[in-house]
Amino acid sequence: MQAVTTKKSMRGGEISLIAVLAIAALACLTIAVKTIEPAFAFHMALGVVASTAGIYAILQRYSGRAAETPPLEIDGKPNYNFGPVKFCTLAALLWGVAGMAVGVYIAFELAYPWLNIAPWFNFGRLRPLHTSAVIFAFGGNVLVASSFYVVQRTSRARLAGDLAPWFVALGYNAFIVVAGTGYLLGVTQGKEYAEPEWYSDVWLTIVWVTYLLVFLGTLWRRKEPHIYVANWFYLAFIVTIAMLHLGNNATIPISPFSAKSVILWGGVQDAMFEWWYGHNAVGFFLTAGFLGIMYYFVPKRAERPVYSYRLSIIHFWALIFLYIWAGPHHLHYTALPDWAQTLGMTFSLMLWMPSWGGMINGLLTLSGAWDKLRTDPVLRMLVVSVAFYGMSTFEGPVMAIKTVNSLSHYTDWTIGHVHSGALGWVAFVSFGALYCMVPWLWNKRELYSIRLVNWHFWISTLGIVLYITSMWVSGILEGLMWRSYTAQGYLEYSFIETVAAMHPFFVIRALGGVLFVTGYLLMVYNVFMTIRAGEEAAASARPSLQPAE
Amino acid sequence: MSSGTPNPNAGGLFAKHYILEKNPILLLIAILIVVAIGGVVQIAPLFYLEGTVEKVEGMRPYSPLEIAGRNVYVREGCYLCHSQMIRSLRDEVERYGHYSLAAESMYDHPFQWGSKRNAPDLARVGLRYTDSWHIAHLKDPRSVVPQSIMPSYAFLASAELDAREIADAMRANRLVGVPYTDEMIADADADLKTQIDPDSKDAAAFQKRYPKAQLRKFNGESAALTEADAVVAYLQMLGTLVDFNLYDDKANLR
Repeated sequence: MQAVTTKKSMRGGEISLIAVLAIAALACLTIAVKTIEPAFAFHMALGVVASTAGIYAILQRYSGRAAETPPLEIDGKPNYNFGPVKFCTLAALLWGVAGMAVGVYIAFELAYPWLNIAPWFNFGRLRPLHTSAVIFAFGGNVLVASSFYVVQRTSRARLAGDLAPWFVALGYNAFIVVAGTGYLLGVTQGKEYAEPEWYSDVWLTIVWVTYLLVFLGTLWRRKEPHIYVANWFYLAFIVTIAMLHLGNNATIPISPFSAKSVILWGGVQDAMFEWWYGHNAVGFFLTAGFLGIMYYFVPKRAERPVYSYRLSIIHFWALIFLYIWAGPHHLHYTALPDWAQTLGMTFSLMLWMPSWGGMINGLLTLSGAWDKLRTDPVLRMLVVSVAFYGMSTFEGPVMAIKTVNSLSHYTDWTIGHVHSGALGWVAFVSFGALYCMVPWLWNKRELYSIRLVNWHFWISTLGIVLYITSMWVSGILEGLMWRSYTAQGYLEYSFIETVAAMHPFFVIRALGGVLFVTGYLLMVYNVFMTIRAGEEAAASARPSLQPAE
Repeated sequence: MSSGTPNPNAGGLFAKHYILEKNPILLLIAILIVVAIGGVVQIAPLFYLEGTVEKVEGMRPYSPLEIAGRNVYVREGCYLCHSQMIRSLRDEVERYGHYSLAAESMYDHPFQWGSKRNAPDLARVGLRYTDSWHIAHLKDPRSVVPQSIMPSYAFLASAELDAREIADAMRANRLVGVPYTDEMIADADADLKTQIDPDSKDAAAFQKRYPKAQLRKFNGESAALTEADAVVAYLQMLGTLVDFNLYDDKANLR
């Protein structure tokens, strides 16, 4: 067993990552000393600690590891690298609790404003914390975990890179810690869903490019002749998010020692950039990425092949081409030129088709396996998520119609729409994927409790129903009250009357959120018990893969 | 049709797709091209099509105190409930005033149009309320609007404004196209104090640099220069720069 031929030495990757982290630590230290902004100094100090810890971890790993790189295959079977996948799975579960709990809290703040505790826990600072925590921290970790899992299995190849996958997993979560604490401290660019300041953006860019390289590298060494459809979606998600991120975060720091920056674009151009980014954060982060999940986990759990290969091709290209155009529907009747608004509306309407094509492809994959819905709540969760996807991708185009938008824009209808997508589609498909992946990753025969999954499903579904119905009512009510006229031709309601009218719906919405979080906590417990006490899977029972062809 | 793979020898577009499915780099390039088109078509023309930003009289860069206030506005996430974009709809124009022009936010980096109205639009809130109303409202919103759901911002009234980096902020804004002059940047620190001291000997020069800027102590409850001074200075100038009695809608028809 002792290999005499290879002498243990530092690998190029280890040396260069240590160098990068050392430079980062020095830069952070310099800034921490020189800045006059306490929040920035705190973040830079965090940077010093994290970089140093990274170097220490690499050295620790070096002293414990074998001289050779891990083999790509063992006995002809791929030697998968699931460490980073496990880490991101657990991180997703943890951030999900935080993000959803903050969501419930700010929902209650709108109903009971005395819950605002200035300055850290005011609505204006917590709201970005909620959106970023659920989208980027929960959703992002689910995407990194699932993409690293799926790309390995569908390529039958070990993840590319030695330290790189770990750098992606840890670096991404470091970004989240900096972004999240920054919101509480008032560090923000003031752009929705792109609030983190320039230094977090720079760090995320480095992490994201590494992510792309790891993903591509794994595809490159695949043993399957074809790249599986789920990986097309993951790849489109990774590369498009990079493009959007760079465009919408093109900022200049006001000084190297300030967290504050100004963006290159101003006014109407900045608005267009923002919603080009914002809508496609929905389109590529929350849709394309999670469609990658759908295309792997639905067929896998149903034990049926994807319904139509050709529909997948049409779905994929039509979706990614059309989505990018939809941004201006966030800016109807604003100072954005009409031609851009019209383009945005037209493409949003067209987008309905590929979206439903994808839904159909997902649902009909169940052909011949529908009976499993009765017995398998995990599959039920996946299928209901696809149904919610269909519903919100119909509602979206409707709301993008200018006349409808004149009523719905600025109201809670938008919030309800977002959550039918976020809770019904993104969260449910994530839950389904996590319920599948956890036993596979930790080599367990089954989940700790299927009954708890069932409870999770029903409690959370009820929560979603309360959430979106209350927001439909309050949104439409709000929109109608704003435009309501008396017989004499005066505006009927003062603004504050419309605020007061929202109260009961805000309470119902918050209760819906409580239910959703309750269901979520059941999942966290279930996963924890599966890992801790689940029965080991028999070696032969490990899931095998339907190859792409 | 079902899950079966098409016969690669059958020809046609679907068979050609095999080329992309077998080469990650080609797939990546194809994706990049497909997703770039929409953005290029929608964004690039906004930088050169005439009339995207209307030609108006009266727009000027924010004064140092106003931009400091705007920074606080951004920091506290006010845009998450307050929009600054009046749409060209009858009820909005009657409730808030003339619909917003692109020109009115052309010096905004970032823009603050917002996307949700848990609270009224602020694009033209300037001079609608008194300073003391604003201070009372910031400190305890429900003392002046009993049904308000706004958080309290009492801490702004006692927090001293840290404006040591205000000239840096103006310089960065100039880099991205806001027409700050050397004089404006050189006098930034002095102008901060001048704006809350109408009797200052620099008042006239300041007023010339920033036409229509309002000079007074905005937060009457503290002698110091507070964050509340800055925020109220910013709120009180919102929507006051363009004179809509003189503005010609027709000249800017797009």
